[in-house]
Amino acid sequence: MLNLDNLSVWFGGGRDRVDAVRNASFCVNSGASFGIVGESGSGKSTILRAVMGLIPNWSGTISVDGRPVDKKREKSFYKVAQMVFQDPYASLHPRHSVDQVLGETLYLHGFSDIDHRVVKLLDDVGLGAKFRFRYPHQLSGGQRQRVAIARALAPEPSILLLDEPTSALDVSVQAEILNLLTDLRIKHGLTYVMVSHDLSVVGHMCEKLAVMQDGKIVEIMDVETLRRAKASHPYSQELLAASI
Amino acid sequence: MNLLDVENLWVKFPTRQGVFDAVRGVSFTLGRERLGIVGESGSGKSMTGRAILRLIRPPGIVTASQISLEGDDLMVKSERQMREVRGQRISMVMQDPKFSLNPVMTIAQQIIEAYRLHNKASKSEAYAKSVEMLEAVSIRDPERVMRAYPHEMSGGMGQRIMIAMMLIPNPEILIADEPTSALDVSVQRQVLSIIDKLVTDRGMGLIFISHDLNLVADFCDRVLIMYSGRVVEVCDADKLRDAKHPYTRGLLNSLPRLDSPCGKLQVLTRDPAWSDAPSVSGRV
Amino acid sequence: MTDIQTWRAWLLTDTPTSRRHAKLSAVYQGWLSFRGNTMAMVGLWILILLLLIAFAAPFIAPHDPFAQNLGNRLQPLWSDDHLLGTDSLGRDILSRLIYGARITLYIVGLVALIAPVTGLLVGTVAGYVGGWTDQVLMRITDIFLAFPRLVLALAFVAALGAGIENAVLAISLTAWPPYARIARAETLTIRSSDYISAIQLQGAGAMRIITKHIWPLCISSLIVRVTLDMAGIILAAAGLGFLGLGAQPPSPEWGAMISEGRRFILDHWWVATVPGMAIFTVSLAFNLLGDGLRDVLDPKDSEK
Repeated sequence: MLNLDNLSVWFGGGRDRVDAVRNASFCVNSGASFGIVGESGSGKSTILRAVMGLIPNWSGTISVDGRPVDKKREKSFYKVAQMVFQDPYASLHPRHSVDQVLGETLYLHGFSDIDHRVVKLLDDVGLGAKFRFRYPHQLSGGQRQRVAIARALAPEPSILLLDEPTSALDVSVQAEILNLLTDLRIKHGLTYVMVSHDLSVVGHMCEKLAVMQDGKIVEIMDVETLRRAKASHPYSQELLAASI
Repeated sequence: MNLLDVENLWVKFPTRQGVFDAVRGVSFTLGRERLGIVGESGSGKSMTGRAILRLIRPPGIVTASQISLEGDDLMVKSERQMREVRGQRISMVMQDPKFSLNPVMTIAQQIIEAYRLHNKASKSEAYAKSVEMLEAVSIRDPERVMRAYPHEMSGGMGQRIMIAMMLIPNPEILIADEPTSALDVSVQRQVLSIIDKLVTDRGMGLIFISHDLNLVADFCDRVLIMYSGRVVEVCDADKLRDAKHPYTRGLLNSLPRLDSPCGKLQVLTRDPAWSDAPSVSGRV
Repeated sequence: MTDIQTWRAWLLTDTPTSRRHAKLSAVYQGWLSFRGNTMAMVGLWILILLLLIAFAAPFIAPHDPFAQNLGNRLQPLWSDDHLLGTDSLGRDILSRLIYGARITLYIVGLVALIAPVTGLLVGTVAGYVGGWTDQVLMRITDIFLAFPRLVLALAFVAALGAGIENAVLAISLTAWPPYARIARAETLTIRSSDYISAIQLQGAGAMRIITKHIWPLCISSLIVRVTLDMAGIILAAAGLGFLGLGAQPPSPEWGAMISEGRRFILDHWWVATVPGMAIFTVSLAFNLLGDGLRDVLDPKDSEK
């Protein structure tokens, strides 16, 4: 479903160039859930943003659904892949109501039965119709994240990129959102690529994961290996030890 | 001997929709121990910390039967008297060093200022003491750090500098409000072990405020769990697994764990009775 | 009483039931915030009064503002039939003041329409698109910023003749660059937000993002800036009128009135001072209004 081959991402140019990601390669099968862990600055969020086309300077190959992507994303790309951002307080426009956010998304993707779909999306993410006309400042963090997930699901994508979706949320709300994500994945047959700094969240949600350090993928392991703390690379072992 | 005795603390904020009670009847004592206050956002834990230092400005209203620091009631002190308490007797370390260190002053200027505020010392004495303090928080090249600006420091370094600054006046109590939440996992351990060492060496009391139940359970001696402005449970840290209150149990069970995989996480169902019930006293 | 109670509850609800409901609710809550600021309300009342006076000028002015009566010139305040006295040509100052309100509003309205709108367009496009467009637009902005207002007004007068429209044009052309700068700065901040990234991921084009996502956030700071600038604009128009470059006689523009009364300031001080007080009051009102609006509209509460 998602295939990265020697992906490098950098910011700036010449002397000020910062290589955020260096030669990253991994493969995510359709319907699978893949995690990326690492500390801040390791480049994990950058990979997601590069895949989505939010960062212009990259080299290597990115293939989604078997087709390699160009430098500029076409609109059809966004019907296949979508992203959920980390900070629920920053990912919704402060002056747009929930209805406007979802309605605009549906409109841009060419759907016609917008009203009906908005209601259905809100039900899907566990919010009712009574949240439809609220503004973001009238929603809690967990509710905002649900709206962000609904927005990502609006174009009916096949793959969802999740950038630390629960790190800004309380523990109890995190459990709800993680459960919601699990349910949605089963219900819609989605593929997930989830970035997190929290190994237990990744252990819960993913089947395979990549460990990143300083822009490089140092190890790709199964979740079983993670659970049994049998990481091979010394950095992964360090990370595991610190998290327990 | 209790360092701090808080009894029936209330913090209220008047809003357009009525009075909002952020902290409702919290009572606890603190000895030369590590007390953890755990809660989610909105539980009132940060407010409690700030209320002790009388850092809550109007329109916030703080009332308590007493907030005694070694018998000295802080509630009756004037602002001027409180300024002598803050930093000197009770210090506070906050979450993000990016926001608590002055970006336009060098580290040296800030630490020396903090020191000279509470001690009569010449600049060179203060400088020597500051370097000593930076070494105590395991900063390897203290001279270089003294010359640097806060934005040149990483999160972990910044937090260690904050701790150094806060402990220079040798306070009796340290209130740490989510000191490691903005830090990477590996750095968290380092910072916690530094706090641990300093608190133990100096015989200080520590109030550790966090949302991370497991972290607090590992690090502290006693834990207060707050929900909706009230203390719902008090227990010893090593007995946290046997906690009785449904909220605490719910919190513990809703965390994903590497060693016990499950399909779905247990979701906390909030019982309105939890916020209506009176606050459990943490006084010893 | 219960009707009003239910209306209030409906407007203050946390769960709006339709788009209109949500918008009305937001506006009402903003209004309540504003109403709590006494000084801002004072400013608002003064401006409402100004509007009413301007609107009802033909009905409330006691005399014709252009009617000269040389036998009655320079009458002092409180003379019978002339509450605020008469000027050097015997015209009633009060009536001229009332009709002059219309001109003031005309100037203020035109400039408020032209300058911020131009600034918003230029600034947001420059900020969002970046690159060469940004450079070119900002350099154009710099050029206009460097023009001294009076020199430009003189140039216009020389080219097109004196008159109030040309004065307005001159003022607008020098007033828009600061708005462009503000709009650009705000756009640069907003541009890197997650919600803009999110809408880009839906395939939204630059036009849609600028008009529907960036403008709503810029507009509040622009509104505040405009009201605070109003005072300066009135004074600029008055200054131009004073120099004879704006409203031409016998037009009762307040600045021109001050100019005419300048000669008599020692013995007949009210001829110049009364229009001056009017300018002061209206400028103050705009300032108070701007302050109050800033407290309400400033998105300090846009984050948590």
